[in-house]
Amino acid sequence: MSESALGIVWIYPDLLSTYGDRGNMLVLAHRAERRGIAVEPMLVRSDEPLPATADIYLVGGGEDGPQALAAQRLTADGNLLRAVNQGAAVLAVCAGYQLLGTSFHAKGAQCPGLDLLDVTSDRTGTRVVGELSGDVDPRLGLPPLTGFENHGGRTRLGPGVAPLALVTAGFGNDGHTEGAWRGKILGSYAHGPVLARNPAIADLLLRWATGADSLAPLDDTWSDKLRAERLAAAGAA
Amino acid sequence: MPLRAKVATSVSRTAAALSRAAGRGDGAVIGGWLGLKIDPDLLRNLSAGRAIALVSGTNGKTTTTRLAAAALSARGPVASNSFGANMPSGHTSALAGAGVTPFAVLEVDEHYLARVIEETHPHVVSLLNLSRDQLDRTEEVAMMAQMWRTVFAAHPEIHVVANADDPMVVWAAMHTTHLTWFSPGQRWLDDSWVCPGCGSGIERDGAQWWCTGCALRRPPAQWTVEDDGVTDPRGDWHLIRLQLPGQVNLGNAAAALATAAEFGVRPLEAVPRLATVASVAGRYAKVERDGRTIRLLLAKNPASWLEAFDMAEPAPTLLSINARIADGFDTSWLYDVDFSPLRDRMVLITGDRAYDLAVRLDVNDVPFRYVGTFSEAIQATPPGRLEVIANYTAFQDIRTELDRVN
Ligand SMILES: [Zn+2]
Repeated sequence: MSESALGIVWIYPDLLSTYGDRGNMLVLAHRAERRGIAVEPMLVRSDEPLPATADIYLVGGGEDGPQALAAQRLTADGNLLRAVNQGAAVLAVCAGYQLLGTSFHAKGAQCPGLDLLDVTSDRTGTRVVGELSGDVDPRLGLPPLTGFENHGGRTRLGPGVAPLALVTAGFGNDGHTEGAWRGKILGSYAHGPVLARNPAIADLLLRWATGADSLAPLDDTWSDKLRAERLAAAGAA
Repeated sequence: MPLRAKVATSVSRTAAALSRAAGRGDGAVIGGWLGLKIDPDLLRNLSAGRAIALVSGTNGKTTTTRLAAAALSARGPVASNSFGANMPSGHTSALAGAGVTPFAVLEVDEHYLARVIEETHPHVVSLLNLSRDQLDRTEEVAMMAQMWRTVFAAHPEIHVVANADDPMVVWAAMHTTHLTWFSPGQRWLDDSWVCPGCGSGIERDGAQWWCTGCALRRPPAQWTVEDDGVTDPRGDWHLIRLQLPGQVNLGNAAAALATAAEFGVRPLEAVPRLATVASVAGRYAKVERDGRTIRLLLAKNPASWLEAFDMAEPAPTLLSINARIADGFDTSWLYDVDFSPLRDRMVLITGDRAYDLAVRLDVNDVPFRYVGTFSEAIQATPPGRLEVIANYTAFQDIRTELDRVN
């Protein structure tokens, strides 16, 4: 890893990659490079050790089996915890969000998570599939969240985290709150390329990673149109 | 045929003809739907006495079905659902519409395969591939493989023709008794890095692949795509000249030859018949309009977008994306497609979800121009070739504008 480039790790694309999860890495790299920030994207497979000193870690969605396996391997590896303790930022979606918690439900059993977020996930009877939107925790200073959710999980938040957003359309954690955050760790049920719909979250991660108070503005004409259309479609605008 | 089935068949045919006459579609679904209302056993009754092949998988079903039907026609008349209506109502329409035929080749939606096997008692089932497709409404890939595996365990009498290059398909089919493997080559690998049997990683080396945790590995194939032809089980190589573009259609041709061979059709008889297929339900068809030669390519999931870029000529290209029920409501898959092969050409975008595509192309550094309608796209391009790549309902919309080209 070079000293000057921003290290972005996509954790275990062989296990946790559905629904366009690759998009989050692509959007981060794109927004950094447009501002002249060099980026070193790293795809780390589950049979490889995680780097402990990267700046941003991304965890994607996945099916039951791979989710449980990924949690075991990440726990055994230990470097994600080390990186977080050294101030790295994390964005986890869907199955990835669940496995950062205290425990989650997979393959008919409750599995131990990484304990990076004070959340517990189990199963609802039905999958929730559709547009998701919410008003983001004002302390993060972001515009409304918009995304697409597809999961059968229900997540309870403990006192150690705050909800990422309050649901205005869709289900999120439980129909009221969506996602969770603590420090520089963000978890969300808005799956796949949530950063494409929410470039302000991408910029938040980049600010956390670079320590910059602000970043040069980019031409977000198309993201703005997309956000307006999706928020209207969700009935949240 | 029981009287009830006769009445149902007649209603089914009439409704299909009316639907076509009213310009409401190909008539491929409505007739069968009405027929099944009158006689729930209609598909079973219409299947009796025919030797049937079913073709299923995520991609290439419609084209392979058309190619296999063309090959099998060397033996006699073949009924087929050649418009991609691949659920039981479509099968019923196709068989009712064809009258008495000794053979049928039916494309089957992968979710309906078990049910259609029960009702049609096929001689052969051909399994093409399994990859992510409309994940907001369909089973995930491993679950689909498990469903297939269960069906074939219950039907050891069926001859299975299956793709040796797709670990999901191999795992689903491997315990059947009569098994023929074909090798089309596989470009899309992102849904088969984990063994569906034991959860270990799958390693690859060239065309070979194997599970690191159990005995699952690529079986030797009897039918193999090599260069611009197909090698048969005897080791004879046949040049395949298709009117359909792309490497992926050579793979579909291999599947079609293997399927027809199960009915005794020799490659030498089958190969010339494959060349007669010019387009498939509008796909690959070339249409002249306002001085433009427009060609339609359907791409509905990441694996098929990769294939579409391989087929498209380096000419101005219109991309159209919808997210209606038939497409799935989720557009996240756009990020599983690398659009960079389009960087050196003029790209136009349209469709219900053009803004999703716009953001994707922006992130992919592909310059594009947004147009509101298909006619606007034609006006915006110079006379000459115009390639159109669209997902399912966007494709149907444009096909309708071009007078339901076949
Ligand atoms: Zn295995």
